[in-house]
Amino acid sequence: MLATYDFPEFAYVPSPEQVTGQAVRHPVVVVGAGPIGLTAALDFAARGLRVVVLDDNNTVSVGSRAVCYAKRPLEIWDRLGVARPMLDKGIEWKLGRVFMRDQQVYTFDLLPEDGHKIPAFINLQQYYLEEYMVDACTANPLIDLRWKHKVVSLKRHDDHVALAVETPDGIFEMQADWLIACDGANSDIRRMVGAAFTGQFFQDRFLIADIVMKADFPTERWFWFDPDFHRGQSALLHKQSDDVWRLDFQLGWDADPEEEKKPENIIPRVRAMLGEEVEFELEWASVYQFACRRVDRFRHGRVLFAGDAAHQVSPFGARGANTGVQDIDNLGWKLAAVIRGDAPEALLDTYHDERAFAADDNLLNSTRSTDFITPKNGASRTYRDAVLHLSRTCEFARPLVNSGRLSTPTPYVASPLNTPDADTWQGRMTPGTCAADAPIAEDGRPGWLLDRLGEGFTLLVLGLDPAPVEAGAFTPLQLVEGRDFTDAQGLVAERYDRGQGAVYLIRPDQHVAARWRRFDPDAIRAAIARATTGDAA
Amino acid sequence: MSLILTPNIESPDTFYERLTDAQRDMTDAEAAAMNTRLVLILANQIGRLDLLSEAIDLARA
Ligand SMILES: Cc1cc2nc3c(=O)[nH]c(=O)nc-3n(C[C@H](O)[C@H](O)[C@H](O)COP(=O)(O)OP(=O)(O)OC[C@H]3O[C@@H](n4cnc5c(N)ncnc54)[C@H](O)[C@@H]3O)c2cc1C
Repeated sequence: MLATYDFPEFAYVPSPEQVTGQAVRHPVVVVGAGPIGLTAALDFAARGLRVVVLDDNNTVSVGSRAVCYAKRPLEIWDRLGVARPMLDKGIEWKLGRVFMRDQQVYTFDLLPEDGHKIPAFINLQQYYLEEYMVDACTANPLIDLRWKHKVVSLKRHDDHVALAVETPDGIFEMQADWLIACDGANSDIRRMVGAAFTGQFFQDRFLIADIVMKADFPTERWFWFDPDFHRGQSALLHKQSDDVWRLDFQLGWDADPEEEKKPENIIPRVRAMLGEEVEFELEWASVYQFACRRVDRFRHGRVLFAGDAAHQVSPFGARGANTGVQDIDNLGWKLAAVIRGDAPEALLDTYHDERAFAADDNLLNSTRSTDFITPKNGASRTYRDAVLHLSRTCEFARPLVNSGRLSTPTPYVASPLNTPDADTWQGRMTPGTCAADAPIAEDGRPGWLLDRLGEGFTLLVLGLDPAPVEAGAFTPLQLVEGRDFTDAQGLVAERYDRGQGAVYLIRPDQHVAARWRRFDPDAIRAAIARATTGDAA
Repeated sequence: MSLILTPNIESPDTFYERLTDAQRDMTDAEAAAMNTRLVLILANQIGRLDLLSEAIDLARA
């Protein structure tokens, strides 16, 4: 038990099919009720799908895990109606400081652009995040959350997956048309389907401790290289809610994890960092070794991987959960369209195309940070130390200092679902990019652009006359400037390069699929077809 | 190749002397650290990634 948090214990309820002995075929089964499995359940349910979620445990995340959540996942959680308690409980921050010895060498300001509903970053313990999502899942009639249900084996068929599930009452069989594996970095499902999970392990160990203290350190991310209180290694300090602080000490490869975890060894390290006079209580401590790995294919027939089961990154940059949530954002609408028979199964292959591309980008960023923090050989260490040495006096060296590059969404620049630009455009909203938020007004009341995007496709029409566009199940909602909203602060025009006129086709996951300078219903229909078939032809 | 591969250093002998003199009293480790800082300083002066990449490849070959 923690001084600041009581772990809930969710009730085990026997599955009806285990009681009756009759296997039931479910349209979607999610394995794992971590942040990604819970997000999946909420997203799929929001798209009208019935979901069963199985988790081998009966509580939320235990121990020191995710802390920082970025704007894009928070926007997704906002779309799913669960962001409010996270934002209320979480702590907003935007400044990071990097020190070499006891001297500041670099600061970064997340410089959140004004005019977005959601902040750039918040910090919140992972157990709160999960608790809020469990509450939302429990209240949702389409979601059936089953605790103490462990998947122990599976058999893949062309049109479904058969699962053996172990509960306190023994083992029974379940069937799923589609199985979503959100069972974490040590995914059993990955092993069961024989998917490869390759990448690199870093030869280093980190002591991660959460402490409770009343201190007036600012809400900033502080990262030290070679600090006087922990020579030759790195350290990190970051605030969470309830006066809990995350501390991180690099230990080196030779450290003994069992010894380092003992309070009598941790407490002197913390005192050295914070000062002898600071009063604190230790909440939790673990010793981690980090890895950067990715599954070979995100889709194996009827099994789809998401979150840590699909990709594991080191925590420098806070990319784990943040990117996993975006996996689900990408998968949800595609899966719903395939299940309803509105799109071919091939659309699900684009889930791999787009999210493996994003995962590789995350892995690259995370690997670069880890290589800076834990240089691979003597020569890299010499470069690292030279960068740090120079950065004290030379501004030019500071951008080379890498203590983690924080998570931002990866645009799907090469996606087969994009219709390439034919017109001339400025700015960032290229096809494959996630749509930027902006303040708008509706009937004089202030609102947000992202809140007005539809569950399906949306046509954002700026300065042009709309016309009906019929595209069957994918007929877009039309959001027309002047008719449906006004661009009160001119930021829609700025962020979307409105110019003399612009129309954007925005996907159900709020990514730009195509854009034009003219309103051409045939071009729009063609772009919708392209974005929903997974077939660029 | 857009790297300059023809002689371009003013006073080659003076430059070489400056470089080696600077390290005369250093241990190997100190000299390696200095060389590394020098690479970074010169890299910033060049700035362009294509040129730097060419230079890295050339040095490695
Ligand atoms: C020290 C540290 C700091 C981090 N900081 C950040 C951060 O700041 N920001 C960030 O975004 N991420 C961070 N992460 C990463 C983040 O914790 C993970 O990315 C996230 O938990 C992944 O969620 P998931 O749902 O994919 O997997 P998990 O959280 O691992 O959940 C998997 C679930 O599946 C269940 N399960 C496993 N096997 C089975 C089975 N056979 N049957 C049924 N259920 C099963 C497990 O019980 C578990 O509940 C950090 C991680 C660490 C270790």
